[in-house]
Amino acid sequence: MQGGGGVGGYFGGTVRQPAAFMAARIPSFTDFLASYAPDLLPGVRGLEPLPAIPGGSDIIKDLPHATTIVAAACDRGVVMAGDRRSTAGNMIAKRDVEKVFRTDEFSAMGIAGVASVGLEFVRLFQVELEHYEKMEGRSLSLEGKANRLATMIRGNLGGAMQGLAVVPLFAGYDEETGAGRIFSYDVAGGPYEEHRFHSIGSGSVFAKSALKKMYRDGLQVNEAVVACVQALYDAADDDSATGGPDLTRRIFPVIATITDDGLRRLPEPEVAEYTQQVVDGRMRSPDGPHAPLLTGG
Amino acid sequence: MPFYVSPEQVMRDKADYARKGVARGRSCVALQYAGGILMVAPNASSALHKISEIYDRIAFAAVGRYNEYERLRQAGVTYADVTGYQFDRNDVTARAIANWYAQQLGTIFTDSNKPFEVEIVVAEVGDTPDSDQIYRITFDGSVTDEPGFVAFGGQADQVAAVLKERFSDGMSLTEALGAALAALAAPASGSGSSAGQGNGAQAEQTAAQLEVAILDRARAHRTFRRLRGARLEELLAESRAAAASSAADDSSRDAASSAPSSDEPPTGPTPGSKDGTPK
Repeated sequence: MQGGGGVGGYFGGTVRQPAAFMAARIPSFTDFLASYAPDLLPGVRGLEPLPAIPGGSDIIKDLPHATTIVAAACDRGVVMAGDRRSTAGNMIAKRDVEKVFRTDEFSAMGIAGVASVGLEFVRLFQVELEHYEKMEGRSLSLEGKANRLATMIRGNLGGAMQGLAVVPLFAGYDEETGAGRIFSYDVAGGPYEEHRFHSIGSGSVFAKSALKKMYRDGLQVNEAVVACVQALYDAADDDSATGGPDLTRRIFPVIATITDDGLRRLPEPEVAEYTQQVVDGRMRSPDGPHAPLLTGG
Repeated sequence: MPFYVSPEQVMRDKADYARKGVARGRSCVALQYAGGILMVAPNASSALHKISEIYDRIAFAAVGRYNEYERLRQAGVTYADVTGYQFDRNDVTARAIANWYAQQLGTIFTDSNKPFEVEIVVAEVGDTPDSDQIYRITFDGSVTDEPGFVAFGGQADQVAAVLKERFSDGMSLTEALGAALAALAAPASGSGSSAGQGNGAQAEQTAAQLEVAILDRARAHRTFRRLRGARLEELLAESRAAAASSAADDSSRDAASSAPSSDEPPTGPTPGSKDGTPK
């Protein structure tokens, strides 16, 4: 390769060939990293199985875990929200952790599972999308983004089997169809497209049930935000690992809306307002709004 | 067929070869303005770019052979992304990227039979105008730090001469674009040669034939923006109107000071004066 000239570059602690940068290749950052510096990839790819020392599984079990994420499609967009709690075993590891991230202008990702691995995946996925965009001069299609994320999650299957599992929820605005779309995953990859709404994490059972009763087609963006906050409240109500809104410390869910204007993370005062409305309602009716008993007129 | 060629001769031949290759292309300019860094290149293609984003606050501009600088651009993006991923986004700097390019080009120049026929500029917008950086890297791997502005490519000297005259600190985007267009037009109007040889006559500088991009200091995260379509048309009209009115001011001032140096042509484009109505 012309570019390298046999000169080794000191990079990341080992001598690597700078020629790798100049080689023609598929514009995937993860693929490049896998050949150039695999140790920088998240998860335990390439590591030996963890030694079976006594208490080893407890160590992994006691790593901080991220919990509940909800997403709901709305009129020409999608809303994603996450609570702020991470748990280590039966302890609260952190009460203001952030689990919903902007991945590019038109997509967001929420994580449930081992928080440290999840954060690495977010960082890698953000660079992956930006790298493709810069190399090719265009963004990946929404399906392209969802598929890339599936491959990355599958790459961590070995880690997941050893307890370092992380599962994302991916949502974005599809510029082709002009609608918001939601994709879910399991530890072996995916993606599975979800319609209308979805939730992942320990409180997802409750959140999804709540959304099932509250969700209506064609919700406006602000209505979908309220539905997500209600769902998170219900998840926190019944799941010890999901954090409810903390009015004393002013810690509220992280909420992102993605529409044709791009991704917007709601500023704290705005989230506080939505949350206050929901909490005020729960003061009168602790179980939240009531759905009609029978469908129809 | 000589059996021995001195290393000096080899290097000289390679340098001449590369220099000729670069000289065939048109010039580009990069210059500071109050809100960031502006880059302008004559480029009829809207898909094959000469100016691109490298990282959050760093841009790349090149002249010469497309396949060669495109490879350098992609390598630079990869280098920046790996560095930013490994450490932090703030740890990616134009200085490091310029040095990396210099090493690559230097190695290619000495080790391979055919040097790259390219000249590239790496620019970084800082938090303040003082911390802006513009580096120019030539085919043999020489790096120069160019404070304020740089012209590179074919008739870089002529372009740089005009740019030097027109450049001042804290220009608005419109003024900076006006200066850039005047500079890019210099080879054609100055030498009186045919427009085909030159860097593009005034009449050619329509939005469709220019590639314009900025690093916008005020933006968070990714500061690189291409200016095109209606936005560019608007800016071009504004800068032409400003140039025309300042040329008129100059000539009236000249007349008042009884020094009618009418042989100096107005630097601004005259046909644009009609478009100068405010939008």
